[in-house]
Amino acid sequence: MSRSLLSIEELGADGVHRILELADTMAEVNRRPNPKVPALRGKTVCSVFFEDSTRTRLSFETAAKRLSADTMTFAVSQSSLSKGESLKDTIETIAAMGVDAFVIRHGSTGAPWLVDNWTSASVVNAGDGWHAHPTQALLDMYTVRTALGRTGGFDGLRVAIVGDIKHSRVARSTSAAFHAMGADVTWVAPRTLLPPVFHEHHTESLDDVIGPDGSGVDVLYMLRMQNERMTEALVPNLREYTSRFGLTPARAARLAPHTLIMHPGPINRGVEIAVDPAELPGAVITQQVTNGIAVRMAVLFDLLSADADPTSDLERPDFA
Amino acid sequence: MTDSTSLLITGANVIDATGERLADVRIADGTITDVATGLTAADGEHHIDAAGLTLTPGFVDLHTHLREPGKEEAETIETGSRAAAKGGYTAVVAMPNTDPTQDSVSVVDFVRRQGQLAGLCDVYPSGSITVGRQGTQLTPFGELSEAGVKLFTDDGNGVQDALLMRRAFEYAKGLGVTMAQHCEVEQLTGGAVMHEGDCCSHLGLPGWPSLAEELMVHRDIELVRLTGAPAHFLHLSTMKSVELVRAAKADGLPVTAEATPHHISLTDELLRSYSAIYKVNPPLRTMDDVTAVREGLRDGTIDAVATDHAPHVPESKEQPLDQAPPGMLGLETALGVCIAHLDMPLVDIVAALSWKPAAIAGIDDVHGRPVAVGEPANLTLFDADVSWEVVPAELASKSRNTPFVGVPLRGRTTHTILDGTLTVENGTPTR
Repeated sequence: MSRSLLSIEELGADGVHRILELADTMAEVNRRPNPKVPALRGKTVCSVFFEDSTRTRLSFETAAKRLSADTMTFAVSQSSLSKGESLKDTIETIAAMGVDAFVIRHGSTGAPWLVDNWTSASVVNAGDGWHAHPTQALLDMYTVRTALGRTGGFDGLRVAIVGDIKHSRVARSTSAAFHAMGADVTWVAPRTLLPPVFHEHHTESLDDVIGPDGSGVDVLYMLRMQNERMTEALVPNLREYTSRFGLTPARAARLAPHTLIMHPGPINRGVEIAVDPAELPGAVITQQVTNGIAVRMAVLFDLLSADADPTSDLERPDFA
Repeated sequence: MTDSTSLLITGANVIDATGERLADVRIADGTITDVATGLTAADGEHHIDAAGLTLTPGFVDLHTHLREPGKEEAETIETGSRAAAKGGYTAVVAMPNTDPTQDSVSVVDFVRRQGQLAGLCDVYPSGSITVGRQGTQLTPFGELSEAGVKLFTDDGNGVQDALLMRRAFEYAKGLGVTMAQHCEVEQLTGGAVMHEGDCCSHLGLPGWPSLAEELMVHRDIELVRLTGAPAHFLHLSTMKSVELVRAAKADGLPVTAEATPHHISLTDELLRSYSAIYKVNPPLRTMDDVTAVREGLRDGTIDAVATDHAPHVPESKEQPLDQAPPGMLGLETALGVCIAHLDMPLVDIVAALSWKPAAIAGIDDVHGRPVAVGEPANLTLFDADVSWEVVPAELASKSRNTPFVGVPLRGRTTHTILDGTLTVENGTPTR
């Protein structure tokens, strides 16, 4: 167990399995009438989000509160950062107030690693640049695991990740996590939306991946397509993008019933998914959000419980 | 004849453009007065026992950012000159990306005068090719060359406009000056943080493709072919760039090139540390590129090692990769990096550090001269075999952004002599 969670690669396959098993326990807590346990009582978790985020920030804060941790939220726009204070000074100042964990989202690759160097507190990477988003990947794995009952791993599972992979921290971390779980991953995107160098299977034909009878893929992971990619000349227009890489009604109708449809949210309706997700039997997009809380509870507990208050009457892993 | 200001160096392995030999060297009044064996020190004469050390013409850096005027918090002409002297340099060419830009006689005169006041090495200001380095209007090459400017560059930026660059070559040709290009087609590097390749793909960072450098190298070679004007290519970093320059030289074109110590020793993989200490422009490239640049130096395609010494205050480098400015220190570590990483005869390494850059800078009447009677005493004495590591607190530079802390280097300056005066003695600056 390490002090921080910065990337899936650092967690490794064993770490992924450990978090997912712990998430089962947390999911059980979340099903209770009063979904709150005192496991991290006395711990302080500070959310530092340098990018706008609703679901991830609320998900972490909910997770921390359900474990009875105290939470702080650092609002960048109201901070000394807007007066020119450096990231390092800001982090060191907050750390001096007594913080056990920073949950940090930053638009720059590597920022959580720098923060990890500057503080003895745990650091959870809640997304850095286009680089990594490990808790999203973990909640994705947990969602597949529970939806398909694959507790032993994902050997033989065929996963297609579709869309703007180049700019997606979700794609990078989720691909790494699927590999750690034993799945086969294919990236589906035009060359302009791929990193310059990559080692995944790749195709530009979503139809080939789905197959004529819809049985070619077990998980279809659709990424958010942003409008600015058109002005960067990465795709000609969204209509063409949707026709080539979107989940259109025709493609949705062809999918096998067991195929899971996933999306990290928020969805660009009519672009990457041109069907009402409610009409997709395999869509687990809402479950991804729900599972996010259990997984983030697992992560915070995993990082912070080792030195939890020994006088606590509720010690790991018994939450009863 | 000796006097109280004279200096005798005995037992040194002397290397210069004429070759290598053991000799004693006497200096008086800024000039080499004796080169022989068996010289003995007279009463009152300063004597350096240089047995086991190498004596060469002083090093010349074609590419130093002294930051003054405008960024004195990172470096001043005095502190940068001290760092240069400590690294064995007796002359540096100061890059023009100051604030204000070195695009007028008044600014280049200021830089030169501050260098003279510091008195630690000769500071030769370069001029910018375009006013304010904005890439739109040529600077007054004639006035600036009359003020002693020999090298023109918009370093930090390449001149993007091909027509403007053609005019620069054409106009400057008759003035005996050289255009030095920072080769970067900016349309291909927008937002770039590091080399475009496997590592940037993994890190999710915008990449600086090799092609962006190579296209401008190719363009300028063709402009040289068209105009006949000389060009110098700054900090070459890619395999293909080296090949292009090699072919241009084979065609007899008047082109020269430099490589930095970091591009012969470090790769883009170091950015996986997320440390901006490794962020430079052009970026650190792959091992194949490093190998090609080393080979370019070995076969003479690349004429000179130039440091691209780029000081930054610590706070600016303690930022995420995309926010930190590019650049690293170079003056105090160049020799140690070169000997550690270049599989070349020592004479060729010294050539790339001394007389070849002196010729490119147009200062080879004073620097990079043979160690011979009557020549100006701008000299460097170093231990070619000593292994050492950088201690940040011991750096003479005002900044600390070197990637070589904790990295074994080989070869270190012990004494530097500028115009017959010791600026560094036993590794310590004398002022």
